[in-house]
Amino acid sequence: MRATALLERHRSLGARLVEFAGWEMPVQYGGIVEEHRAVRQRAGVFDLSHMGELHVQGGQAGEALAHALLTDPPALAVGRAHYSMICAPDGGVIDDLIVYRLAPDHFMVVANAGNAPVVADELRARMAGFDAALDDASLRTSLVAIQGPLAAAILTPLTDVDLAALRYYAIAPGHVAGHAALVARTGYTGEDGFECFVAWDEGTDLFDVFLEAGAPQGTVPVGLGARDTLRLEAGMPLYGNELTRDTTPFDAGLGRVVKFAKAGEFVGREALQAAQERGRSKALVGLVVRGRGIARHGYPVHRGGGEAAVEEAVPIGTVTSGTQSPTLGVPIAMAYVPPDAADAGTILEVAIRDARVPVEVVALPFYRRPS
Amino acid sequence: MDVRDGLLYTDEHEWLRVEGDTGTMGITAYAADELGDVVFVELPAIGRALQRAETLGVVESVKAVSDLFAPADGEVIEVNEALVGKPELLNSDPYGEGWIARVRLANPAAAAEGLKDAAAYRALIGA
Repeated sequence: MRATALLERHRSLGARLVEFAGWEMPVQYGGIVEEHRAVRQRAGVFDLSHMGELHVQGGQAGEALAHALLTDPPALAVGRAHYSMICAPDGGVIDDLIVYRLAPDHFMVVANAGNAPVVADELRARMAGFDAALDDASLRTSLVAIQGPLAAAILTPLTDVDLAALRYYAIAPGHVAGHAALVARTGYTGEDGFECFVAWDEGTDLFDVFLEAGAPQGTVPVGLGARDTLRLEAGMPLYGNELTRDTTPFDAGLGRVVKFAKAGEFVGREALQAAQERGRSKALVGLVVRGRGIARHGYPVHRGGGEAAVEEAVPIGTVTSGTQSPTLGVPIAMAYVPPDAADAGTILEVAIRDARVPVEVVALPFYRRPS
Repeated sequence: MDVRDGLLYTDEHEWLRVEGDTGTMGITAYAADELGDVVFVELPAIGRALQRAETLGVVESVKAVSDLFAPADGEVIEVNEALVGKPELLNSDPYGEGWIARVRLANPAAAAEGLKDAAAYRALIGA
């Protein structure tokens, strides 16, 4: 099992450690609900060094990525980023990614921890013939995030990056607490916040500096448990749950990432064009539980009002993620259901152990930060 | 870790307080801590007959689902309805306000058989 540079810090903070995607990571420090609320109301600090940082450089770096991914990285301005995906030739999602343009011929692709080696291999293979080279910097890079409504106020005095000029989905090089850093205004919580890429050995100091600087405002360290509840409230997909090799971007309601109009061929184009023309067979929806119980990953979804016993009924869909929402105080979930059952307001049922519990289809996200 | 003297304990990290022919049960502080923030409790029906080790309910934290097991044979006579609205009582006061159910014990004299006393439970969890 791999460990980030911050493992000893997590231990000294009393974190509960779990295996996640081959990494030993903190799932919680004080408690998931408390950490979740800290990020919604104040700020929280995350070690995300398990994520993969893949640098693509060369005269055709943008074109190579446009061929390998669904989006059109050459359309990005330097210093901007976009959400993207890499798909198999059959249109199945291999991973969801963020692509940052650091310079005209230099992009950074951030992949999920568990998928980073596969993404690196796929990119290398797909970039063959382009003037572009891939450098997997995952094990040389620590990624420390500060997220929450107070994140900008806490980070501003610590950095020479002009945060007021750094827009959402933008990135800039500079320094944070004396460390050379790439500072990005991105995150996975539904709040304003920043992700700071620094050298591997400098991650612990950055984490400590953030916690100390934010202590007067109640900033706390946040583990993967609250990261999951935060992203779920924000309606963001998790690879392995909402996105898999068996889903297309259209199924997940993320067809906007597929840039059919871009120059050149890209892997998955034919299958995705066919999928778009065919129309989707399943749709990702938000659910709010209207009865008692928590709808969790893997639980079957049924049409409402069914009479058949749970063990006899044929489900129409499956819950992909679910939890008790700390912000809303009700159980929330995401699920794949047939498109004719995907309209907001539709009442469906989730089989929770031996009961059928009513759930209502709602528009995503469940939570949007006050603007 | 808080382990109370005078209670009986199961290997599944539940406690049982025997008073006459009544047994009150809950989960231990160790179990509550392992689960993390409890956000949902499914209680047994009053009047339900239980056999030891039978599943009688469910406790869910943000991340985990955990079954509750009957610590003794008997019949459910009361459940802690306060847990429906405030499941966090299992974390804040697992031996007090976070009690789960009261059972009329089928055999009060034998209730301790197969259960641990506080010292043995402390040894089990390394407290």
